[in-house]
Amino acid sequence: MLLVFVLATGIAAVWLRNLLASAMLLGIYSLLMAALWVVLDAVDVAFTEAAVGAGLTTALMLFAIWLTGRQEKPPVRKPWFPLAGALITGGLLIFGTIDMPKFGDPQAPAQVHVAPYYLENAEAQTGVPNVVTSVLASYRGFDTLGEVTVVFTAGMGVVVLLGGLRRRRRTDET
Amino acid sequence: MDVLGHFNYWVAIALAMVGLYAVTARGHLIKKLIGLSLFQTSVFLLFISIGKVSGGTAPIIAEGFTVYSNPLTHVLILTAIVVSVATLAVGLALTVAIKRTYGTEEDDEIEALDRAEDEQ
Amino acid sequence: MKDYFVLRVMAKLLIPFILLFGFYVQMHGDYGPGGGFQAGVIIAAALILYAIVFDVGPARRVAPMWMLVALSCIGVLLYASVGVATMMAGGQFLEYGVLAHDPAHGNHLGILIIEIGVGVAVAAAMLMIYFSFAGRR
Repeated sequence: MLLVFVLATGIAAVWLRNLLASAMLLGIYSLLMAALWVVLDAVDVAFTEAAVGAGLTTALMLFAIWLTGRQEKPPVRKPWFPLAGALITGGLLIFGTIDMPKFGDPQAPAQVHVAPYYLENAEAQTGVPNVVTSVLASYRGFDTLGEVTVVFTAGMGVVVLLGGLRRRRRTDET
Repeated sequence: MDVLGHFNYWVAIALAMVGLYAVTARGHLIKKLIGLSLFQTSVFLLFISIGKVSGGTAPIIAEGFTVYSNPLTHVLILTAIVVSVATLAVGLALTVAIKRTYGTEEDDEIEALDRAEDEQ
Repeated sequence: MKDYFVLRVMAKLLIPFILLFGFYVQMHGDYGPGGGFQAGVIIAAALILYAIVFDVGPARRVAPMWMLVALSCIGVLLYASVGVATMMAGGQFLEYGVLAHDPAHGNHLGILIIEIGVGVAVAAAMLMIYFSFAGRR
């Protein structure tokens, strides 16, 4: 049921020409996604999605739309080619899922590879009951260091992109 | 074939295709970014669906529970969400910068302006 | 939006609790859902709410840009320096077990410190992004 709602808001966000409505729909979509993560047992992910997707992304989107313009112009050509491309790719991908293990199967390859080790040993080795935190910070510490660096770089990049422009405009005026 | 057993994957694929369509067919740069974030969330959905174990609970070790969902996928997606907002922010900043420079954010108009500049 | 009385009062009421919740999520990430990423975003969201309701100017006075840049650098460096510290203590990069006598204890300590680093870096980076967008008007 949630999946259907998610799909509907996603399609609507792309369909609408009014970008403001699109951005709001994207926020609703993120909130629905967060609910879906809770249903699928991913509470940490739900937390992040609710804070980032529904809160921060919407605010940034609204600011960007406000700085550029809120209406998309009507299309000049019929989008048959992208539509066909998307449909063919989607069909091939669905064909690929036929071999995938059933949803929720405890014997799926993803479930028997490295996850049981984490679940059995994480608390004894790190003293942290939340396995997600211990895997994030300890077993995959390198990975997380990389992610933090990405976020840091993005922040710096935005400051340079938007702040540098302002300085140039000021020199133009003087 | 089991329809319910693969429904999550199919919704993920459908969302990915909606995102792909938006990125390729729409000319507005912000619309393209919306499509990109739809595609990203569809990948998240695929991963979390793979990590779900039926009858399992959230992977926080507690007494009384033995079956937990796969924590590894949660970790990967957790960081991916934060990175996705970072990439989205950079994309939006680029859009704003393009708007300042070109005065438009439709890709065909930008292309026309570029071509006009080349011919001069 | 600072002309709306209801909004102003509600924002002032809510912001301390959002901040408190952010710190709770930061420190309680080991036992429940949460951690540095979420806490950083929640703390950033509290300041962003302040910026939306009371205009960007006062919010930027609370957290000026140079401070945010410095804080995000400190966050990343705190994370990396934990790795260097473990190397100094005789382990491998980011092998927290050597931080205390008991490996499990050391791991717990290491996770706590790097989560703080993550939280500081993410909060500062998000605020940097928001302020550079909001400051464009």
